[in-house]
Amino acid sequence: MIVVFGVFLLTLLLITAFAIVRTPNLFVAVMLTGIFSLLLASNFFLLDAADVALTEAAVGAGISTVLFLGALALTAERETAPSSNRLIALLAVSVMVVAIIYATFDKPRFADPDAPVHRHVAPWYLEKTPDAIDIPNVVTAVLGSFRGYDTLGEVFVVYTAGIGVLFLLGKSTARRQEDLDDAPRGLRHYLIPRVVGRMLIPFILLFGLYVQFHGDYGPGGGFQAGALIAASIILYALLEGENRALRVLPRGLLTGLIAGGALLYGAVGVAGMLLGGKFLDYSLLADNPVSGQHVGILLIEAGVGITVTGVLLSIFHAFAARGRF
Amino acid sequence: MELLGLYYYWIFAILLMTGFYAVIAKLNLIKKLLGLSLFQAAVFLLYITMGKVDGGTAPIFADGATEQLFSNPLPQVLILTAIVVGISTTALGLGIVVRIKEEYGSIEEHEILETDRQ
Repeated sequence: MIVVFGVFLLTLLLITAFAIVRTPNLFVAVMLTGIFSLLLASNFFLLDAADVALTEAAVGAGISTVLFLGALALTAERETAPSSNRLIALLAVSVMVVAIIYATFDKPRFADPDAPVHRHVAPWYLEKTPDAIDIPNVVTAVLGSFRGYDTLGEVFVVYTAGIGVLFLLGKSTARRQEDLDDAPRGLRHYLIPRVVGRMLIPFILLFGLYVQFHGDYGPGGGFQAGALIAASIILYALLEGENRALRVLPRGLLTGLIAGGALLYGAVGVAGMLLGGKFLDYSLLADNPVSGQHVGILLIEAGVGITVTGVLLSIFHAFAARGRF
Repeated sequence: MELLGLYYYWIFAILLMTGFYAVIAKLNLIKKLLGLSLFQAAVFLLYITMGKVDGGTAPIFADGATEQLFSNPLPQVLILTAIVVGISTTALGLGIVVRIKEEYGSIEEHEILETDRQ
């Protein structure tokens, strides 16, 4: 049954992808990517990846759509020219598809428990998590503790991308502050979105915090929570105008959040060293190694959440402020 | 049933190359970025598909249960972070596109090249 449902969702996914590439109307294409992300998230959920599904739903269907729409507002809504070298491109792409499909015949079948990918390090993580870290969610354990270095790297990639967008688009927004005050204020004149949105925002925020702090026990963690909290503030900005949102979280504070989260993560690592252990060794943060792991994971997840919230909101404001002049 | 076991990989292949087609054949820069996100999504799908184990559940220990069969948590960890990194880099790409529009007045590749030649 699940396989049939999976095949159905994948086919829909493919149709949506074709439609995204074919349509000359970019607005339609961006809306379709929202649907695409939702379908992809459903697929991830069917494939037992609850954490990933949550992330994809929050990031792909929510924030990415808003960012693309922001970019469209600043550029153009339609493609003007047809594709170039269409036949050559189609030929190259078809050859690659055939080659990849030919290669799949050697691959282990879908959901095969004896596939090589399940035989190497994965069983070790599943076996060690209850003893060494003692939190139910293995994904969080691997993300926060076993592979904490990787996650630190990812946080710095997000950080760098955020700084990059601020460099590209952030210039000269400050002196336009007074103009912004006269700018049309969001959807304030539309009663229904405002009322519904106002009721939703506190619950999205609450859910974001739940996802942040419950990440050890269920699907969730800093990446998802950061996306959710950013989404709720973006919704507030869309409804009430960016000014109001900037009054809640001013630009300076957002920049502080970007750096603060990454620094918090790094500081936890350094704290481990100062206590006599290794970098990102949480065992010494509390009186016994297992609670030390709990403290460490809580802190670094908080760092991840803070940075992701700060980066996504800064990017949103950078795009939104650009459109005003 | 044997071939149905490969269906996920085939979808991956077609999805990947659909995205790639948009990157190489479309002239509009935003369309290229959309294609790039499709390409990315296809890779995510491949990883998560490989992590699935028959009869497994999400890798979260349930209270009191023993001998649970879990899907592979490792690809999930990799993709979880990759999604957030992906949106940040896409935003950076969009930022560059917006700057190009401001400087060249167009986001169509051939028009930009035309302006450069002048």
